[in-house]
Amino acid sequence: MTRLIIALAALLLFCAQAMAQDTTVQSVLQAHRETIEKGSRKSISAAIDAIAASGLPQAQEVLQVWAAKEMWQRAADGLFFRGTEKPARQVELFDFDTGQSLGTASRDRLEQIKPNSGVRAMIGTALVQFQLSDPDPNRRAESLDAIQRSPGAELLAPLRASVRTETEPALKARKMRVERLLTIAFDPDESSRIAAIDEMSGDLGVDMRATLNPLLVTRIALAEGLPATANIRREVEPGDPVLGVAAAYDMLIAAGQAQPIPDAEVRKALLISNMVDGQVAGVPVHRLDTQEARDAVYVQLAQAGLVPRWSSAEAPEVVVTRHRFVEVYSEPSAAVTEAAEQALTAIEMRVGLNQAIDLGLDALSLASIYFLAAIGLAITFGVMGVINMAHGEFIMMGAYTGYMVQQVIADHTLSILVAIPLAFAVTFAAGVAMERLVIRHLYNRPLETLLATFGISIALQQLAKNIFGTQARPLTAPGWLDGAWVLNDVVSISYIRVAIFVLALIFLGLFLFIMRRTRLGLETRAVTQNPRMAASMGINPDRINMLTFGLGSGIAGIAGVAIGLFAKVTSELGSDYIVQSFMTVVVGGVGNIWGTLAGAAMIGTLQKGIEWFNPSNTLAAQTYMIIFIIIFIQFRSRGIIALKGRAAGD
Amino acid sequence: MRNSFVARHPSVLAFLALLALFTLGVSVLSEGFGIGLISTSFVKTLGKTLCLCLIAVAMDLIWGYCGILSLGHFAFFGLGGYMIGMWLMYERTRLIVEGSLAQGALPPTEQEIVDAIGTQIFGVVGSSDFPLVWAFADSLVLQLAMVVLVPGLLALVFGWLAFRSRVTGVYLSILTQAMTLALALYLFQNDSGLRGNNGLSGLQNLPGVEAPQSVVSLWFFWASALALGLGYLLAAWIVSGKFGSVIRGIRDNEARVRFLGYSVEIYKLAVFTLTACIAGIAGALYYPQAGIVNPAEIAPIASIYLAVWVAIGGRGRLYGAVIGAAFVSLVSSWFTGGQIPDLVLGPLEVKWVDWWTIVLGLSFVLVTLFAPSGIGGLFDLWQGRRPPDRHGADLGPDAGALREQEATE
Amino acid sequence: MSTLLEVSGVSVSFDGFKAINNLSFRIGQAEMRAVIGPNGAGKTTFMDIVTGKTRPDEGRVLWGERSLSLLGLSEAQIARAGIGRKFQKPTVFEDQSVHENLLMALQGPRGPWSVLFYRPKAADLARVGELATEIGLADHLPRKAGELSHGQKQWLEIGMLLAQDPRLLLVDEPAAGMTPEEREHTTAILVEAAKTRAVVVVEHDMEFVRRLNCKVTVLHEGAVLAEGSLDHVTADKRVIDVYLGR
Repeated sequence: MTRLIIALAALLLFCAQAMAQDTTVQSVLQAHRETIEKGSRKSISAAIDAIAASGLPQAQEVLQVWAAKEMWQRAADGLFFRGTEKPARQVELFDFDTGQSLGTASRDRLEQIKPNSGVRAMIGTALVQFQLSDPDPNRRAESLDAIQRSPGAELLAPLRASVRTETEPALKARKMRVERLLTIAFDPDESSRIAAIDEMSGDLGVDMRATLNPLLVTRIALAEGLPATANIRREVEPGDPVLGVAAAYDMLIAAGQAQPIPDAEVRKALLISNMVDGQVAGVPVHRLDTQEARDAVYVQLAQAGLVPRWSSAEAPEVVVTRHRFVEVYSEPSAAVTEAAEQALTAIEMRVGLNQAIDLGLDALSLASIYFLAAIGLAITFGVMGVINMAHGEFIMMGAYTGYMVQQVIADHTLSILVAIPLAFAVTFAAGVAMERLVIRHLYNRPLETLLATFGISIALQQLAKNIFGTQARPLTAPGWLDGAWVLNDVVSISYIRVAIFVLALIFLGLFLFIMRRTRLGLETRAVTQNPRMAASMGINPDRINMLTFGLGSGIAGIAGVAIGLFAKVTSELGSDYIVQSFMTVVVGGVGNIWGTLAGAAMIGTLQKGIEWFNPSNTLAAQTYMIIFIIIFIQFRSRGIIALKGRAAGD
Repeated sequence: MRNSFVARHPSVLAFLALLALFTLGVSVLSEGFGIGLISTSFVKTLGKTLCLCLIAVAMDLIWGYCGILSLGHFAFFGLGGYMIGMWLMYERTRLIVEGSLAQGALPPTEQEIVDAIGTQIFGVVGSSDFPLVWAFADSLVLQLAMVVLVPGLLALVFGWLAFRSRVTGVYLSILTQAMTLALALYLFQNDSGLRGNNGLSGLQNLPGVEAPQSVVSLWFFWASALALGLGYLLAAWIVSGKFGSVIRGIRDNEARVRFLGYSVEIYKLAVFTLTACIAGIAGALYYPQAGIVNPAEIAPIASIYLAVWVAIGGRGRLYGAVIGAAFVSLVSSWFTGGQIPDLVLGPLEVKWVDWWTIVLGLSFVLVTLFAPSGIGGLFDLWQGRRPPDRHGADLGPDAGALREQEATE
Repeated sequence: MSTLLEVSGVSVSFDGFKAINNLSFRIGQAEMRAVIGPNGAGKTTFMDIVTGKTRPDEGRVLWGERSLSLLGLSEAQIARAGIGRKFQKPTVFEDQSVHENLLMALQGPRGPWSVLFYRPKAADLARVGELATEIGLADHLPRKAGELSHGQKQWLEIGMLLAQDPRLLLVDEPAAGMTPEEREHTTAILVEAAKTRAVVVVEHDMEFVRRLNCKVTVLHEGAVLAEGSLDHVTADKRVIDVYLGR
């Protein structure tokens, strides 16, 4: 069977070529000379089809020339040429078949063929099949883009024709996909549309949804007066979210089924216009200070015929219930809309699933940001029991360091590579200075540490404001971090966020390494657990505290560079993150890096989750998150991962 | 009983006398009733300062005496302002709306008045309907009750949750900070029903009062002075008796108080709620003098400043809190008011408006480090009181307990 | 002699470490008992469980004639039920006067309202004076507790315990850091107290325990190792192995 078809196709092809041997474009054009001259939309298709179907290599050029209004007809013999206008009302003519110049001729002896826009659109459609099988793959891709931009029923046939001859696998797949989409939208045959819909059901592409959605466009209509064939989706009660009572009543008015009702404002104006000597219908004006009194007077006026009739019994709420309203599909075929509804439901389910994955990725990246912001805090607060309210300002200092480095080093990749260690150095130094000058004197007085570091925090913040001004400073990411990693039309994540996630992982590893594998970590743990014992074993607690605090502050500086890459660098950068960072540490449980990780994950997920429920309102999301955390503390007052027993102290 | 109480605590009497003298002096010098040496706006500033002193007393009660560093008391302060502001705004708008509707041909119906007030008040947030929280806005008595009840109830619920789960120390401070942040963020939304970030405005006008601002400002000044006097008296009475003994015990060693049979949580909750109510009253007096209340007032930073005032004034003594609040807030407004000439240090020009915050922050660090008893500690020097010499060892058995230098009262 | 406190089959573990292992213990209405044992034997944890600071994983703690379970009660409720506790380190309110310390501990209503409106009656002041005399601090009533010597603080804390008028006193190392004369006085106070109520003393100092002249319970690894007179337990081979012999 297949062979037979191939043989037939080959035969057809051969015939077409054989025919082409003895025809020229000019002869085809001459065969349809009158219709071309007339240029009417109704009759022109025969001419266009004939050119397109001629199989001649010049057919495409002829159509292009024609659509571009560059086709001229010689008045003397009626032959068609391509012409380019020259000075002095001269036109240089070219032969379509040979492409050779025939010299110039005066405009007076030529007629320019000017197809109207309808005809040009038809020529464009005919051209599509040439573009779709253009030897240049880029041109073919462009034509597909054009089809997707403005799809139309007439494109279906040429597209189908070109699928078979397509050799490039990627383009072939795309063509088949677009063909399916066009079939869904435009195929006259209902069953093939439904088949296409079923075939594409569950597809995540935005184009698929864009194809299905127009099929499901509905409008609300009055049931009376609809044709019996109308594709009705459902019956609608007035007062339904999609149909307000007022709108329903307006439809009744438009259909001549109801009278316009004067609303309270109009009635009030009518009362005023019927006011005589401070009285309306014999009632003194000062008594008209309730709606009931006004209505009673209005009814009297209406009975006297002075104002349009109105009664509270004829309220729109009552009238609309006497009529049926329905939601009608614009698409006439019920089978198609049903298939489309099903397909869309299936797609939405998959989209929902993918959105959940996307949300998970978002939450993960937010969690890594919180983790980065909080890890330094976890060290100073968790390991040393010191509250550092200026931690946010260390983050800010890191971000400004990054900005300063970019002012000196233009190359973004290099500047970031320089900025990270430099930010660490700057904030490490600041942290050590703060520990030496202030915090050292306040150990065992946690609340006062909190207040003193707060003093430093407001001073640093104002200092940054004085130096850098209040406007945001840019910290530009290197070019290779631009863009996003796209999984499908729903799930994507920007490379910056991936990089921050990786950075968070690196810091987790680094922290674990320092705490578990180095002398510093050992001594830090010793000092944390029993400072006096550690001191008696030759560890200098002062030095350890200083280094630990410096380390925590330094990591805050690096977090600042990372955060600055996607957030604006302002003097308030740190305070935007400080509460969340504290929450992360507190929720996670003090003194345990895994707790911080869990806290960051929980807060990130929570915030994204709440935002998902109420996407328009991030303020509310934060409010609910904080309330949730307050409640969470009720059940695990020492955090997710808590120390137990005597080690926890009291 | 009262007589002997005042007699046993001469500092209370001295404070009340000074306050009365100050009030009298300002009245005499004011534009409204006196010789006009003090401008109306400065009377308002002084009145506001008295309100800040009142909330500082509340803060000292909860922090200096009970040991709970609350970083959320400005939430209660702001809520008090919102509660009274709702009535002020509603009533004033009602008078204006009724006046303009009376010009119409027909007398307005009640619904028309309410609708017009709604449009006036909520037009800025693109709404005209009254949210549920405004249900009592037309009643002065109910709104006045809410000035105390709403902050009190919030404190009760929050405190119950926090104290019940034995959250203490730094954790509790951060939790209170989160509470005030949550409230501020909530109020920032337009659909919170309290006009989003526009807040409530025009509060300086008392509805139905024809008197000029110079007189109204003095009324509020007197009310603030009275509230501060009563609040101070109440706080001094509370801390002087066994109750004071118990809450100071809770501050120094919570567990020990528990083993003595006192329900620490209930005491903390009582003090937290009471101070929230005092803060609410202070706010209700403050914002009509300020003229506007908006969510930015509730932001966590405000409550931290409150702690700063009390710390600089000297916590654990009520007059210290008052001195701190008055001193720091007046000096702050002096520096940020732009009245001080810029300081030129060679190429560097110091604009005080920009640099004041830095000075405040650093001086705060210095006070914490070198003078933990704050300005109030100067009184001890004057009275020749000396702290017990414990050779630097801590006084309390707990890590968070008072240190030697602070235990002077 | 009826039982005042009965602890039976109690176990508690911290992160896998069994601090108390199936411990049973009982004490009568007016009885003195010394609890000894090596470090980590669970003496302090035992007190934590009785006073409600630590919740046991299993077991029962019953109190009084009506055998009330203490496990569901808060520390404050247990204290009000009549159990007083003295900590190892002297914990008095150093910022407050001796008078205030004793007044705060004095038996009476503990609710915030009654405390707020409380004014000391003549009988209360007399009781405070009596207690101060008993603990030898009558001359120091107006002084801040923080100014007292270490031994005086220990006494003040015992005085506060007595002021609570508890039926059971849990006393953790009362003689630590005291001079011999002070120890003598402490012994006298405790022996006097034990005439009318139950007293449990945790102590390391054998000499002190001997002077108390009471029944001794030896704890080891969270369980009772031996019980009886001091001479009886010191003769016990196992006690010598784990505790005395070291």
